[in-house]
Amino acid sequence: MKTKSYNSAKTLPADDHSPQAPLSIHDLTVAYHRKPVLWDIDLDIPEGKLVGIVGPNGAGKSTLIKACLDLIPTASGLVQVYGQPYKKQRAMVGYVPQRESVDWDFPVSALDVVTMGLYRDIGWFKTVRKKHKEIARSALDRVGIAHLADRQISQLSGGQQQRVFLARALAQDATLYFMDEPFAAVDAATERAIVTLLKDLKNQGKTTLVVHHDLATVSQYFDWVILLNMRVVAAGPTEEVFTAENLHRTYGGKLTLLAEAGHALSQIKRP
Amino acid sequence: MTWFVDDTWIVIIGALTAIACALPGCFLVLRQMSMMGDAISHAVLPGLAIAFLVTGERASFTMFIGAAVVGVLTAVFTQWISSLGKVDRGASMGIVFTTLFALGLLLIVQAADHVDLDPGCVLYGAIEMTTLDVAWEFQLGETWIEVPRAAMVLGSVALFNLIIVVAFFKELKISAFDPELATTQGINANFMHYLLMTQVAVTTVAAFEVVGSIIVIAMLVTPAATAHLLTDRLGLMLLLSAIIGALAAGLGHLLAIVIPPLIGFDGTTTSGMMAVTTGLLFVLAWLFAPRYGWISRLVSRKDVKSPFSGPLPSD
Repeated sequence: MKTKSYNSAKTLPADDHSPQAPLSIHDLTVAYHRKPVLWDIDLDIPEGKLVGIVGPNGAGKSTLIKACLDLIPTASGLVQVYGQPYKKQRAMVGYVPQRESVDWDFPVSALDVVTMGLYRDIGWFKTVRKKHKEIARSALDRVGIAHLADRQISQLSGGQQQRVFLARALAQDATLYFMDEPFAAVDAATERAIVTLLKDLKNQGKTTLVVHHDLATVSQYFDWVILLNMRVVAAGPTEEVFTAENLHRTYGGKLTLLAEAGHALSQIKRP
Repeated sequence: MTWFVDDTWIVIIGALTAIACALPGCFLVLRQMSMMGDAISHAVLPGLAIAFLVTGERASFTMFIGAAVVGVLTAVFTQWISSLGKVDRGASMGIVFTTLFALGLLLIVQAADHVDLDPGCVLYGAIEMTTLDVAWEFQLGETWIEVPRAAMVLGSVALFNLIIVVAFFKELKISAFDPELATTQGINANFMHYLLMTQVAVTTVAAFEVVGSIIVIAMLVTPAATAHLLTDRLGLMLLLSAIIGALAAGLGHLLAIVIPPLIGFDGTTTSGMMAVTTGLLFVLAWLFAPRYGWISRLVSRKDVKSPFSGPLPSD
């Protein structure tokens, strides 16, 4: 799935990597206290795909996202967003962190949190203006909780909190999104709302990478999959890559997970 | 009871200390690193002592800078030690500040042989004595106003903290709430962390030298935590914490004058009483806060199925 379009003047010579891919990862290695967590990751994500990142616990799924976003130090490797280093392209990248990563007792409203996605646009020493609040409000509307805009965030349900995080990324109007387990512990209504939203983003030609745990829904939600276990076991279109053999290689001898994988595979409609 | 001009100044100095502390204190509390204020306020001691040994005078600007630098270093060392792994944040803070504090005490005892630097005075402070050191006099109508040096110093620090909090309101907020998001928004969360640590260090040192450290430790955390119980808005929390701190300073001094004679004592320390009053105000808020107070939770638990206060979330 590598689109070879070397038509940009800013092309960097990076082997067979396509410089205009929304996300291009080259030989990325990440280690915590000298123990490798991600090893030699090479990936090109094609434009406009809805990509699931799947793998066992401790496979480095969140680490991969954080390494792409420069949130953790990397041992080696190169990450490019549309052919440029991430630091130059921050405005094009939206991030939805795990819900547990923040303190929900923090004295801010849902609208405040969404507005934080606009702080880069607003700039240093400037205050949040009415137009920013309007953008934030319409982002909340898109995830169906505009009526909760003024509520303190601890008084939202888990699903609503997740929607606030999604609205924050939407407000940013990025073209490449990273989402870390948006489906974790949300109610069915929120799960449906997120799926609709992901499809919307895809229809707008945006690229979204989603860390996902539920193998049963992978083939239903994503058109591209990265199977990860410290290394990239396989990456590509779901129907090609999401196979019993690849899942076995990804999850190894973890029996309970293998049972789950078997169940997931039985759900795939094969021609 | 008699109230002198000096009493008014003591309350003003206490209130300025409270305001200077409450502003960075709110962010310490929200970042769940309240003990960092405690650690820094102890760890600045060797900075004070070394600067004093070098310059040979108290209350010099060198002394101020030296101590503030050591204060920020406390945060840096804590970060280093905990980033090695195996030692958690609380433990590394404990290691760094007790070591620095002990070193400071040794140095002060050494220095005290030659000059007048009393460890007790540095720790507990003597807010009652601050009015003797007048820095500036001016005439207002018929009366001469004598502004104590402590009021000037703490007024400047309060103003400094106010300017920082207003200018970097967004950035302090986002870095406290979600440092990773801040980083993706191009706001260096590390820089904001050390800016806050610098504020705490500068505040602590300034207050340390004029009013002692007990009042600083009390004013950094307690008014902020009290304010957090009373509001769900960060801006209002900052304002309330400053008001609560100033109120505690006023009430504390009043109680320090009134209570001891009632129970047959001569007097007590105003700093100590101000610190105790912040605690009392916290207890009041903990009991009676409109939404998060113990009583309102008790009441709301009866008519709401959710264990959390407020209306039930709905999708």
